[in-house]
Parts: sequence; C-alpha cells; structure tokens
Amino acid sequence: MDTQIALLLVQDGITNGAIYALNALALVLVFAVTRVVFIPMGEYVAYGALTLASLQAGNVPPTLWLLVVLGSLVALLDSIAAWRRGDARSIARILALNALMPALCAGAAYAVEPGKLAQPLQVLLTLAFVVPLGPLIYRLAFEPVAEASVLLLLIVAVAVHLVMLGLGLFFFGAEGMRTRAFTAGALKIGGFSIQFQALWILGIALALIIGLALFFERSFYGKALRATAMNRVGARLVGIPTEMAGKLTFAVAALIGTLCGVLISPITTVYYDTGFLVGLKGFVGAIIGALVSYPGAALGALLVGVLESFSSFFASAFKEVIVFTMIIPVLLWRSLRTRAAAEDES
Amino acid sequence: MKRRLPLLLFASALALGQPLLPEFTVTLLNYVGLCALVAVGLVLLTGVGGLTSFGQAAFVGIGAYASAYLTTVHHVSPWGTLIAGMAVTTAVALFLGFITLRLSGHFLPLGTISWGISLYFLFGNLEDLGGHTGIGGIPPIDLFGWELKSGRTLYYVIWAVLLAAIVTSENMLDSRDGRAMRSLRSPVMSKAMGIDTTWYQAVIFMIAAQLACVSGWLYAHLQRFVNPTPFSLAQGIEYLFMAVVGGIANVWGAVFGAGIVILLQHWLQNWLPALVGKTANLEAVAFGLIMVVVLHRAREGFWPLLLRLLPKGRAIRSIEPAEPLPRRPLPPRGSVVLEVKNVTKRYGGLVANNRMNLTVKAGEVLALIGPNGAGKSTIFNCISGIDPPSHGQIRFLGKRVEGLDSPAIARLGLSRTFQHVRLNPAMTVLENVAIGAHLRGHKNFLQSAWRLDRDEERRLLAEAAHQAQRHGLAGQMFEPAGSLPLGTQRIVEIARALASDPSLLLLDEPAAGLRHREKQALAQLLGQLRSEGLAILLVEHDVEFVMGLADRVVVMDFGERLAEGLPEEIQTNPKVLEAYLGAAQ
Repeated sequence: MDTQIALLLVQDGITNGAIYALNALALVLVFAVTRVVFIPMGEYVAYGALTLASLQAGNVPPTLWLLVVLGSLVALLDSIAAWRRGDARSIARILALNALMPALCAGAAYAVEPGKLAQPLQVLLTLAFVVPLGPLIYRLAFEPVAEASVLLLLIVAVAVHLVMLGLGLFFFGAEGMRTRAFTAGALKIGGFSIQFQALWILGIALALIIGLALFFERSFYGKALRATAMNRVGARLVGIPTEMAGKLTFAVAALIGTLCGVLISPITTVYYDTGFLVGLKGFVGAIIGALVSYPGAALGALLVGVLESFSSFFASAFKEVIVFTMIIPVLLWRSLRTRAAAEDES
Repeated sequence: MKRRLPLLLFASALALGQPLLPEFTVTLLNYVGLCALVAVGLVLLTGVGGLTSFGQAAFVGIGAYASAYLTTVHHVSPWGTLIAGMAVTTAVALFLGFITLRLSGHFLPLGTISWGISLYFLFGNLEDLGGHTGIGGIPPIDLFGWELKSGRTLYYVIWAVLLAAIVTSENMLDSRDGRAMRSLRSPVMSKAMGIDTTWYQAVIFMIAAQLACVSGWLYAHLQRFVNPTPFSLAQGIEYLFMAVVGGIANVWGAVFGAGIVILLQHWLQNWLPALVGKTANLEAVAFGLIMVVVLHRAREGFWPLLLRLLPKGRAIRSIEPAEPLPRRPLPPRGSVVLEVKNVTKRYGGLVANNRMNLTVKAGEVLALIGPNGAGKSTIFNCISGIDPPSHGQIRFLGKRVEGLDSPAIARLGLSRTFQHVRLNPAMTVLENVAIGAHLRGHKNFLQSAWRLDRDEERRLLAEAAHQAQRHGLAGQMFEPAGSLPLGTQRIVEIARALASDPSLLLLDEPAAGLRHREKQALAQLLGQLRSEGLAILLVEHDVEFVMGLADRVVVMDFGERLAEGLPEEIQTNPKVLEAYLGAAQ
C-alpha cells in the first residue's frame, strides 16, 4: 500500500464517517428526548436517496403518496380529538398542516417536470416529501405509547422499521439507484485528488453539526428539547409539551437522515435496505463515543468510517465483522474502568 | 399436581394430536416450538431481569453451526456436538456478560446488536463454514438407535424440550433464586438484602443463551442444512418481538408470542398476495402495521389478555409449617456493634458528611435526627455499603467494612430499610419479605428448577410468614405489595429487613406515613427487638416517636454531628433548638 492509496482510503473513510456521525447524532438525540431506540433511522436515508433518484428520473416519487396518506390520517385523528375537546377552532390549523401541505407538495410535483428542475430544487423537493414523515410517524406510532417502557418503544420502532422497509421495496423495487453528483469531478492538489462530492458531504455535515449546536444552544425550541432530554416531567411542568418535543426531535432526525441519503447517493448505489447498516454504524459510533456526549459520538463515527474503509481494502469479506467487533474492546475498556453501576431502573 | 393440570392437558393435546395434523401444520408447530424456546430465554432475560438482548439469534447460530460443522467435517455424533455448542455458548456468554453486565442498562442491547451482526457476517464469510451457501448433509439425531429423521418425530423432541424449559423456568422463578432474579430491576435494594446481582444477571444471560443454543442445535438437525440467514440480527430482533407480543412477563407469553408471530406471517404470506396482487410483497408492511396496533392496544402483550378471559385459579393461600431457620448468635448486650469514626463523604465539591462519629451498641436504639439535607441518608448509605465513604473508618462487629460492597456487609448481619420504599410491587407481601431471608437459604437455581429446594423453600416462607404476622401483616400476606398504602409498605420493608436475622437494623424514617395507632405498634415492636438484643439505628422526623423510643439521640446538621445525648438532654440543647427553629434574636 502506498501513500496514494492510504490517502484515498482515509478520504473514503472520513466521508462515510461523516455520514455515520450525522446518524449517530440523530440517534443520540432521539433516544435522549423520546427514549426511542430509533431503528428506522436508516429508512430515512434510503427514502431520501431514492426519492431524489426518482425525481431525477423524471418520476413523481411514491414517497409522496405515503406523505399524503399519513398526513390525512393524522389530520383525521387530530381533528376528531380536537372536536371532542370542544376545540373546533384549531381544526383548520390541523387540516392545513397535515392535509393541505402534503396536497400542495403533490400539486407541485405534478405542476413542474421534476426531472428538468435544477438539482438544488430537486433536493428541496426531496426534503419536503420525506422530512414530514418524521413527525407524522412519531404522531401515529410513538405518541400514543410515549410513556411506555423503553422496551415497548423499541419494539414499536422495530415494527415501524419493518413497515418502512417493506414500503421501500414496494415503492422503489429491489434495484439500487444513484443520483447525480452535486458537482461532478474532483479537486486536484498535487498528485492527489478529492472528489467534489466528498467535499460537499464534509461541508454539509459540518454545517449541519454547527447548525444543530446553535439550535440547541441558542434557540428556544432547542433549549426545550434539551430540557425534555434531561427531565421529561420537569420539562412538562414548566410548559414544554412532550408531544411537541417528540415531533420536533423526529423532524430533526428525519431531516438528518434524508440529507444523508441525498448526500451519499452520488457516491454509492443506494438500495431500499441500505439504510439499516448505515444507521447501525451510527450506533457503533455512538457507543464508542459513550452514547451521552455528542462530540464523542461524532468522533466515534469518524473512526468507524476510517476503520471500515481500511478493512474493506485489506479484508473486504470481513469488513462488517471488523467494524462491529470493534465495540468489544471499547466496552471492555469501559467495563474495567467503571465501578459496577447501581442505579435503579426508572 | 392440580396446578399443573392445564399444562398436562396442553402436553397431551400436543402429543395425541400430532398424527391428526397435516404435514404442514406439524412443520409450523416445529418452528413455533424452536422460536418459543429462544423466546422463553428472553422472557427470563428481559421480562424478569430487565436486560435486553438482540443477539439471541447468534447463539442459535452457534448451536446450529457447531453441530453442522462437527457432524459433517469431523463426524462427531450430534450429542457430542450439542455439548460442544453449549461449551462455545458458555464461553461467549461469559465473555459478553463480563464486558456488558457491569455497565449500565443500555450497553447489553447495543453490545448484542454488534455481536449479532459480526457473527452473522463471520458465518457467511468463513470458507470452512460453507460461506453464504451454508453446510448441507447434516445427519439426523440418533435417540437410542432410533433416527429422528422426519419433522414428525422431531416434533416430539422439540416440544418436550420446550415444555421442560417452561416447567423448569417456572419452578426456578418460584424459589429463592427466582425471587432474587425478579428483583434485579432494583439493584440497590437487592444488594442491600445480600443478593449478588451481577451473579444472577450472568445466570439468566447464560440460561437464555443456552436455550437459544439448544434451539439452534434442534434446528440444524430438523433442517439438516444451515446457512447464515436465520441467524441474522433481523431474526434476533424478531425473537424479542415474539416475547414482547406474547407477554414478556410470563414464560407462556413466549410460546403464545412465537405462535402468533409465526402464524400471522404465514397467513399474510398466503392471503395477502391473493388480495393485493402477487408482485406487491407487502407482508412485512402488513405485519408491521398489525404489530404497531397490537402494541398500542396491549402493551403487556397477549398472554395477560388471555388470562383475563380464563377462570381464575385459586392461588395457594396457606403456609406449610416448617422447622425454623437457624439464627445467628447476637453479640452480648451492651457491646459495640457499629462504630463510625471520622467518616467524610464528598460528592465533587459538596461535603455531605464531615468527620461523622457515632456508635451503636447491642440492645440499644440510637436515633439520628436532623433537618432535611443534614446528611442522614448519606451516612446510612455509607454504613450499608451502597455508597462508600470518601474517608474514615466504619467497624461493624469489630470488622472494618468501609471498603466492602453492600451484599458483603449484609452477609455480616446488617439489614436496612429505605427512605423511599423499595419493594417489588408485583410480588406478594410474603415474597417481598422472603427476599430478606435470601442469605439464609443456599439452594441454587438448578436445584430449584428441579424442585430439589422445597424443604428449604418451606422454611424460608415460614420465616417470612412469621415476620409478616409479627408486623401485623397476616391479612395482607398474599396481596401484591404495590396495592398496600405507603405506611404499610414501610412496615413490609421492616419485616423484610428482619427476615435476614440481622445484628444491626438500619431504619430510614420507619414511621413516616403511619397513623398514630400504627406508630405505637411499631414502637412497641422495636422495643421488643431491642430487648432481644438487636442494635437499631434509626432516622426519624417524628420527635414524639423518637423521644419515646430512643436510648440515645445523635443530632446532625450540615453533615456534621451537632450534639449527642439522652433524649431529654437533646430536647433542651440550645444548639439543637437553633438548628431546628432558628436562633432566637
């Protein structure tokens, strides 16, 4: 192996690692705020990539229909609930948000020829189609059992994963798709070249991380989410509704997932089931980074990416084995350092 | 025997019904049995012990691959490969348990996710194990010269193993070790009662792993062919799914859940393509949707729902007489039992206890009083080993104990209650009290699984009943502890502490929430225990209760000892009055 290849592998690893890092951040966030181990994280990655691909192929992406159906369902349920509360005035808002918005999206998709749009607009459309699925799915699947045990929430997450995975296969078929690079070609520095898409990934990942940090540090809603993560009951007592926190968290996670999908689809072929392993590698990164600290999770994910690209060069058949066994020494080290934890389960 | 009647009926229906069933139903039932075996392990691990594992499919894989490889390549008999598979499982489970069980709750599931994935890819990529194509030509199991070739014959083996696993698990849960396992969700209380929680976590993790391994072994000899697919993470998640859908709190929930999941998937595969067209492939979607609805409607799973429909059997409500348990010799009256010397406890910069000193003698009630936040519960936690002191010495019966953990201190004869009641709300009062007697029994989980512990169990329950009656709980012994009023729950905690036959009793606010009459009864009981030679250290806010009962009083404020003396001295001590009422200006 010469320096050229090593640099290439590092570049590959960091690019993938950035994607894992984003996934890890979303997973830690979702778990902290809602106690849901977010198994369907990877489905948002796949939906994002495949929705963009079908827009670029000039089709109306089928995810749109999922959006319309789920939106109408939520509109119906919430309207009934509002009516029963005697709160008829908020029904208009509920309908506008959950039924009208998806309908407008659908209208937009038909009014324009999606295949001919500029790429940034296609990406925007993708986000508009896929990101609302986050809060909608939270509302339908998780909100009714928000106070249940972590185990039940986890099993619901698995069921949602199965549904989304099955729908992914139904919508997009078993074949993988790629999308156009944001900027084609590569940047040459000396004898070494970096793909522009890799720069896009790193740039957007960094921007997203900084944006999230600002969101959590500065904005009112970000602070509300942090408060909920620290103490759910306490946050509710000071007037932060758990449902709002849950929906917002799922929206952020869906945004991160969709962006990841959009970002990786020009460099790897994405299949309907690609997301699951991407999400899991985010998990591994999160474990390495202690599951509680955001910068730790991000660093862990970068490490996973680099390790993965080097092991795919040296022992490609055992790539996954190496990546997933890596957490054993980490756990061992943590176990030897920790005094046996003796806190009661809440 | 009467209690086992439904089981006997179920078993005979399975055995006699087999020849009547069509081939395909037998095959389905075989898979239900194999999955249920794994799910029973998950009920123990997750439903009872509160630990979650996604990696059970990988243990199934070890059992299956060990047998496939050794029988085809090295021509070992299937019985030999069963032992080999279980040995590998033991090693892996011990290692995984060692690195994850000591960490907090989320590490076991995450650790098992990773290990499940890596083992799956390892199976698929090792040439010796046939790669992704797998290994074929596995010989059938040979039972006393009778080759179990068909699914119909293996059916008996699978269900016999499953029913044996269920009966032994139920026996085990209904014993001293079972009570310890059912208490794992509150480790602080368990350890204070002398339960080695890490050991019991390791035991249930091991049992769950071995059940999975046996299921894999049976699977390999049923299919006579293995490949990596059935041992993937997805299958590991599905096992957990079955246990939760069936009802994670009961071993029968595992069977029920496995049945529901497998039959539902089968029906969806048969009927859905006919309804929505062949190409749609929507079974997984329909299955997932149904599961979401089910989990919303029945959070506890299906088994409790089913139980509600059945007529309620009468629970056993009698205590059989038994020889009393041996008691430990109490130290001579007036000798020092506990000596706390210069104990300091720091949390970061906060000093919760600063150079605290106190002694408790046998046959004496020492009351520790002080305003809220004075550090009374902290010193209790230091003494009982829950949170060791930063500096200083603690001697219990002449032995240095400040470095010991709470089970070790409990073993020396110290027992306690908690300021915030820590009972197992689903267990009966009697069972809760019996947890206190944990250290007075010695039979292990294997003995209790096969009911070899019944003599000892009778003695433990008789002791628990004795303590319950002594505390006026005779009428509530068979009620779930969580249904009692808070004051009564405190009394249950005292009975539990006394069931351990301690030399020193630590009571954290025992009278809180009690009515006047109950307080009088409690004071009388504690007075009687004192006259028997027990040493009692108590924290209490009720001044009347304290002054009427205590021999000496220690007053704490801001983590330090403010005053010590006879009750009447303390009541007039100006420093104490100032701490409680503020300085008179």
